[in-house]
Amino acid sequence: MEAQPAMIEVRNLWKSFGETVAVQDVSFDVRKGEVLGFLGPNAAGKTTTMRILTCYLSADRGEARVGGYDVFEESLEVRRRVGYLPESAPLYMDQGVVECLEFVSELRGIPGRERASRIRRMVEVCGLGDVMHKTIGQLSRGFRQRVGLALSLVHDPDILVLDEPTSGLDPNQIVEIRDLIRRIGREKTVILSTHILPEVQVTCDRVIIIDRGKLVASGTPEELASRQGGGTSIHVEIQGPQEEVESALRGLAGVTSVSWKAAKRADRHCYVLKASDGETLTEEVFRLAVRRNWVLSKLSAEKASLEEVFSALTSRE
Amino acid sequence: MRNIWTLFKKEFRSYFNSPIAYIFITVFLVVMGWLVMTGFFIENRASMRAFFGLLPWAFLFFVPAATMRLWAEEKKLGTTELLMTLPVRDHEVVLGKFLASFSFVSLAVALSFSLPITVAALGNPDPGPIIGGYLGAFLMGGAYLSIGLFVSGLTENQIVAFIVGFVLCFLMFIVGAEFVLFSLPHWLVPVFKYLGLGSHFDSIGRGVIDSRDIIYYLSVIGFFLWLNVRWIESRRWA
Repeated sequence: MEAQPAMIEVRNLWKSFGETVAVQDVSFDVRKGEVLGFLGPNAAGKTTTMRILTCYLSADRGEARVGGYDVFEESLEVRRRVGYLPESAPLYMDQGVVECLEFVSELRGIPGRERASRIRRMVEVCGLGDVMHKTIGQLSRGFRQRVGLALSLVHDPDILVLDEPTSGLDPNQIVEIRDLIRRIGREKTVILSTHILPEVQVTCDRVIIIDRGKLVASGTPEELASRQGGGTSIHVEIQGPQEEVESALRGLAGVTSVSWKAAKRADRHCYVLKASDGETLTEEVFRLAVRRNWVLSKLSAEKASLEEVFSALTSRE
Repeated sequence: MRNIWTLFKKEFRSYFNSPIAYIFITVFLVVMGWLVMTGFFIENRASMRAFFGLLPWAFLFFVPAATMRLWAEEKKLGTTELLMTLPVRDHEVVLGKFLASFSFVSLAVALSFSLPITVAALGNPDPGPIIGGYLGAFLMGGAYLSIGLFVSGLTENQIVAFIVGFVLCFLMFIVGAEFVLFSLPHWLVPVFKYLGLGSHFDSIGRGVIDSRDIIYYLSVIGFFLWLNVRWIESRRWA
């Protein structure tokens, strides 16, 4: 992966709208063949950053290069190479689906003889066959989203910028679109924003988290997940005197905290253990229970999820 | 150039994607025909003076109606984000929109050719003022359109775009009128007379095709289109 050239380079980007600072000193790279997930709560600055990368907005300070071209100086070159799906896929309501694809392909400079086959391919890839002859105003939210995606892909761009590509889609469509993005992401560069966390784990090679305009974390989904809270939490359900069990669990090597969660019955309690290494600890818990002759009815280790990382990094007191 | 053509086609077609275009043209022709023909036989003269006398006032309503949608709707639907992130230059978009609206209004004006044909069948009109009048109509229509298009870019509300466009066209039209000139200090009179959209129309309408009038209209069109391009550029810095 390291050998691949950076297709998107962002350096110390600043952008403010009046008093509000939307993007503060953000820097990151996206390499060729990489799918980068852009995470953050609403109004964190994701859309603004994407708009700057696609030449819709300019920045106040900083540098951004896309495909080797400066976003501000060589805007047309950048726009030629980027496919962009804006948030909530704005479209001309009075155009037909094919008409709209034709309009964009013409402006994209796709030669006339290739256009028809390219459009047919997009209709196929994005599953637009059934609605091909309809007007965009008649389409449901999910189909509009697909038309928007088709428009961003029609010129076969090297770089794709997708702002919440799966919003408005039903669960089956979400799976399809994720597969599509993964497939595209193998040879192209994709940056996608979302606030659906499982989506990131499924589709993205790398994640950056942005909050109130600032970059707060970056890494692979696994790296980010293991960073938070030492890694693993273990759920235990033991039948035995509560105080005795708790202190015994706390005494195990590697345990950072024990919290009592709930009593199932009078003497059966649930506890959550936090630990840096889950594998050996589950064994320790089991042996402990056997030694003291406590009935162990549940024992499971869970990796800290991206959700926890996300909420820890972006929560507002 | 090819981009302008693509944008032009899209904008021109979208006039006809809704019934508005047909209503627009029909109302324009019926109103103009009625206003002209009611006085025509009373006056008993084979000329188009009544038509060209009314045209600037009719344009005040029709032209802002033809331009109000052009930017305001894009802003409202958010499609500027789709359009302006495509590899097109700002001036290509502005020209595409302008030419589409110009062709649309020209089509409406051209359909009124039935009037001079009727007049010619009934009498023996002087062709000079008619040709001049139509040339003036296209030029003045273009000037109003460039103003209306610019105003449409300032708002996302089509009604606001219509009203502000109407007022701005009206002001540009009357600054050269006699009663305005009357109340001005002497040294300002020639300036205002030159700036007024109406006074140039009158001189072309007499059948005197003066290059100064043509240059005036072309520079008004150029100025407002330029302003429009600058405005779009400035939105990126907002």
